[in-house]
Amino acid sequence: MTIKTLNELKNGEEGVIVSFNDEGDPNLKRHLLGMGFVKGSKIRLEKVAPLGDPLKLRLKGYSICLRKKEAANIKVEVAN
Amino acid sequence: MKNIKIGLAGNPNVGKSTLFNQLTGLRQHVGNWPGKTVEKAEGHLNFNNTKIDIIDLPGNYALSTHSIEEIVSRDFIVDESSDVIVNVIDATNLERNLYLTTQMMELGANLLVALNMNKFAKEKEHEIDINALSELLGVPVVEIEATDNIGREELLEAIEKAAENPVDSSKKLVYGAELSEHLKDLESLIGENNKEDNHLSNVPSSWIAIKLLENDDIITEKVKDFKNFLEIFNEVEKLKKHFKDVFDENTEEIIANYRYAFIDGLITETVKKPEVEKTTFTEKIDKIVTNRILGFPIFLAILYLMFQITFTVGAPFQDLIDRGFGLLGEFLFKILGEGWISSLLIDGVIGGVGGVLTFVPIIILMYLMMSILEDSGYLARAAFVLDKIMHKIVGLHGKSFIPMILGFGCGVPALMATRTMEHESDRILTMMIVPFMSCLARLPVYALFVAAFFAAYQGEVIISLYILGIVVAVIVAAILKNRLFKGVSSPFVMELPSYRLPSIKGVLIHTWEKAFSFIKKAGTIILAASIVIWVLSSLPVDVEYGSQESVIGQIGTAISPIFIPLGFGEWQASVSILFGVVAKEVVVATFGTLAGLEEEDEEGITGVVQNTFTPLSAYAFMAFVLLYVPCFAAIGTVKQETNSWKWPIAMIAITTIAAYTVSFVIYQGGTLLGFA
Repeated sequence: MTIKTLNELKNGEEGVIVSFNDEGDPNLKRHLLGMGFVKGSKIRLEKVAPLGDPLKLRLKGYSICLRKKEAANIKVEVAN
Repeated sequence: MKNIKIGLAGNPNVGKSTLFNQLTGLRQHVGNWPGKTVEKAEGHLNFNNTKIDIIDLPGNYALSTHSIEEIVSRDFIVDESSDVIVNVIDATNLERNLYLTTQMMELGANLLVALNMNKFAKEKEHEIDINALSELLGVPVVEIEATDNIGREELLEAIEKAAENPVDSSKKLVYGAELSEHLKDLESLIGENNKEDNHLSNVPSSWIAIKLLENDDIITEKVKDFKNFLEIFNEVEKLKKHFKDVFDENTEEIIANYRYAFIDGLITETVKKPEVEKTTFTEKIDKIVTNRILGFPIFLAILYLMFQITFTVGAPFQDLIDRGFGLLGEFLFKILGEGWISSLLIDGVIGGVGGVLTFVPIIILMYLMMSILEDSGYLARAAFVLDKIMHKIVGLHGKSFIPMILGFGCGVPALMATRTMEHESDRILTMMIVPFMSCLARLPVYALFVAAFFAAYQGEVIISLYILGIVVAVIVAAILKNRLFKGVSSPFVMELPSYRLPSIKGVLIHTWEKAFSFIKKAGTIILAASIVIWVLSSLPVDVEYGSQESVIGQIGTAISPIFIPLGFGEWQASVSILFGVVAKEVVVATFGTLAGLEEEDEEGITGVVQNTFTPLSAYAFMAFVLLYVPCFAAIGTVKQETNSWKWPIAMIAITTIAAYTVSFVIYQGGTLLGFA
């Protein structure tokens, strides 16, 4: 098991959310919690936008996009 | 006849608006929530012997204070005396959809779940046990298919029944023992102090407790009105610390975790789905439209098609309306003869309102295209692909690209398209720069001047103006971002919904709404403004319409010195600029009228223009026309969209300053460099 931040996932790689950094915008954090970014949620990097940012992620059965900067505040656990 | 009032709640992209349109049809009215920029759609229908009033709440993922939309929805559930809240849920994505449901359950709302998009759930091989779901949630669940109008009767019957036998949906909601145990003390403390007549007297104490633990600013503020509020806040702090010690997470996270844990429990009991998600149609399309190489060409091709369709299909209709008003003018002239009444009607009303109404076909078509792109799900992909560019250059996000591009066609639909943006600051910032995109109405002005001065380089000069507009937009955006919206960094969090065929009915209803509100505006603001300008052009009595002796001519003469540093200090230029505020096409017509020419006589106008301008001052004038105050229609749209006069006035100020500065630099710089 390796811990990395969400923006470090490789294309198609899946992880489980372990923690949320406190440094980001609290309002955004609240929003993301509601969107399913909670501890234990499985999350997969589906695609990186053509210019390298943002990311298209899949969790809880839907797709969402998020910039790398914000994704860096979320830690995920990935199976080796 | 009975009367019940229901609210439609749900996540974005779940078919909530489709259901609303199916239920209410044209018996709906779209306005704004009082004092807010959030759109409020209300409608009604008669069922059996009951009149059902329906309010379509904004699409939300939660009921916190993340956005004004969330606050509006929450206030509706808390404050307004609705009989039933119908929670529309996307059956393909129960998990995330139910998060909002749990928050409404916390409020004890009289809920009814309308499970939508079941056919897509079946395609994905999700089996949902409706009865078990209803049992576990403690609220009725009805299967519907909004796009096909399936389940309508059942839903309406269930609504009627729910209105008669309200349930307290908070009963079945259980968060883990650790949380509920600890909440008890806080709850009873709040309950004891929440007896008086305050804003929160009708919500459950448990909800207030949760909101306080979630650091909800609004509720915290309201609780300060409670008698022993300090004691309450002490208890809250104690609990927060306790949870931090036990879970090593802050309470917001813990509560979100518990909500999702409750949902996980529900899903396990009620839904069977394949271990591995089936590859869907959506993913296949996404592989292509967000492809590294194909993404941009596809976006540009779609944009090109949109423009082509809008303007090639729209132009003949536009001509037709224009000709219709022309004939109407001639007809009125025949009946009324010469006189102030005919001048008021023909020069004032038809010239102003008629000119603006010729945009109706363009607006309808542009809006139609936008609705199709948005409802199908493509717009979200375009924003995904373009985000980086917009973020880097303007500090905005992907969604603001679309209105800017639309601005090259017509500013009015472009301003309306800012609705797709979630954050108000992004919306307003985008609105402020849309007018710098050179709309089609400015093209006749360029055409006149380049023909007169830059015959050899017509295309290049016109393109340079388009580029100038973009450059100014970028600079203005950067300045505004630094001054007005400082510190507002809006993260780009956007759901990429599954592709769906747009519902024709919904698209048509929305397009009609837009066109109608535009026509209404033409009949009010623009009518009034046109009359004012007519009066100014006709007074004092017996003066020739729009001549230098008329009030407007005098105003033009009076303000013309302001434009001397820009190279066009003649009174005709000033008057045409004043008239151009009504609509940009009028600038050309004004030169015609002022020169005492028939409007159609282009060569004559060219002559007048050549006598009044030099190539350099002509370019400065074109730059001014490009950048200064957009037309009445655009200003009216900003007023309508932002629901206040603040932003239209700001827009007038920003565009005027930008236009003056840029023209000044062009003319003075050009003079220094030896151009003339």
